[in-house]
Amino acid sequence: MKKELTCIVCPMGCQLVVDLDEHNQVRAVDNANCKRGVAYATAECVAPMRTVTGTAPIVGGGIVPVKTDRAIPKELMIDCMMVINETYVPADAPIGTIIIENVLDTGANVVTTKDLHGVN
Amino acid sequence: MISIDLVIVGGGSAGMSAAVAAYDAGLRSILLLERGNALGGILLQCVHNGFGLHRFKEELTGPEYAYRYETQVLERNIPFKLNTTVLDISPDRVITAINSEDGLFTIRAGAIILAMGCRERAKGALNIAGTRPAGIFSAGTAQKYINIDGYMPGNEVVILGSGDIGLIMARRMTLEGAHVKAVCELMPYSGGLARNIQQCLNDFDIPLMLSHTVVEIHGRERVTGVTIAHVDEKRRPIPETRQYIACDTLLLSCGLIPENELTCGAGIPLDRVTNGAIVDQNRQTEIPGIFACGNVLHVHDLVDYVSEEAEIAGRAAAAFVQGNAAASDREIALRTDGKIRYTVPQRITAADAVSVYFRVADVYRNVQITVRDGDRVIYEKKKAKVTPGEMETVRLSADHLRTLDGNCLEFSLVLIDAQEEEQS
Repeated sequence: MKKELTCIVCPMGCQLVVDLDEHNQVRAVDNANCKRGVAYATAECVAPMRTVTGTAPIVGGGIVPVKTDRAIPKELMIDCMMVINETYVPADAPIGTIIIENVLDTGANVVTTKDLHGVN
Repeated sequence: MISIDLVIVGGGSAGMSAAVAAYDAGLRSILLLERGNALGGILLQCVHNGFGLHRFKEELTGPEYAYRYETQVLERNIPFKLNTTVLDISPDRVITAINSEDGLFTIRAGAIILAMGCRERAKGALNIAGTRPAGIFSAGTAQKYINIDGYMPGNEVVILGSGDIGLIMARRMTLEGAHVKAVCELMPYSGGLARNIQQCLNDFDIPLMLSHTVVEIHGRERVTGVTIAHVDEKRRPIPETRQYIACDTLLLSCGLIPENELTCGAGIPLDRVTNGAIVDQNRQTEIPGIFACGNVLHVHDLVDYVSEEAEIAGRAAAAFVQGNAAASDREIALRTDGKIRYTVPQRITAADAVSVYFRVADVYRNVQITVRDGDRVIYEKKKAKVTPGEMETVRLSADHLRTLDGNCLEFSLVLIDAQEEEQS
């Protein structure tokens, strides 16, 4: 079975064609301009993963942008956001501070993406 | 009046990159003027990832990308003023600016780099019938409310326009608990990146309604709904296809316009297609010593390209001040065929290698990008697909440019084979 996918690894947006066997295992990936596209297509057919970005509240007011430091299973994105929204970040946290370790047992940490140190 | 070698207007990604490049080229008397309360510009509200893949070979969020450049500015002790608005730039490079600390002040600049960025087109709002209740936002305004101020602007959302900011906001609002009911796009194709349609719409089953527009807004105090309709090939709404969607929020993502009031005030000629200054390969405008880069020059897809362009301008401005600017030995005009809408730069005045950026007018498949010097083809490249939403590049080598017969390069798009298109 052939399946078409838009690669999201980089802004090129390659239109990948994935050849799946009867057990939904990837036989071949066509049209990828790089190795990362092949890896993306393989993962996307088996277990789609996404990096989550958003904002978390700061202790004492305001918000700070955050992200997961690696991709997590796509179906956990909304749950991950809900955990992030309830996690308060210290007002002087430097950029890259881990605010949630191993979020939802995904192996990914949620880290801040803006430097609050020396700002407030 | 104080004198400074190089004044940069705008402290976003273009301004910071230009400042760092000028410093690294040996310039020390630099001043960066920024209207906002922090360096970083629009990157600060772009909390999503996907920035820096070309520059840093890793995927950064907007604030992280800004932080890397801010760090470079701070490490070099390049002076900057925040909360400072430039009011006027004169053709002889006198800048008038104002802030609450210094009041009104003027600076005589050896060179100026324009890096003011762009703003959102509000046009979509003006042509829609109905009431004007609360709940109508540009996508970028909604982005600022959510990502900087921490407020959700609404719960039930329709987005008009499928530019990247609209797509990014569809995902962002969904992740924060809103219900995005539809993204309507007037054109038969999206202006956004393919990856954003996948990861921002398809991931959340948000319908992308191509060839659709909003024809009426409903509600008195607050938006209660919108009426959308299919449009024909001349983009006229088809009355029988009108359809009501209940919602409390309408976001407009209808494109970006370079912010060139200061440029016009200085008497710098603009390109009617890009709405940015006409520049040479150094990003020098038609007024010597005034340069432009980033989204004020033409709207970019990727910040990586903004940084690259700003470095060209930064190095060239430093050379201008230091008196090292290469004398221009030629004047080559870059022309386009309509399928290619514009090029940046618009003119070339030296025989060094140069990258030419351009956008196409429509979606074309199986094309050949061709550059001609008179009747002679000096460059060609095949592409399976080009779209208006994705900027293209042609790299002309010094060899290409050294041996030109004429003083004009014609950029055109040749459709290779219409039949192949149907098969693919």
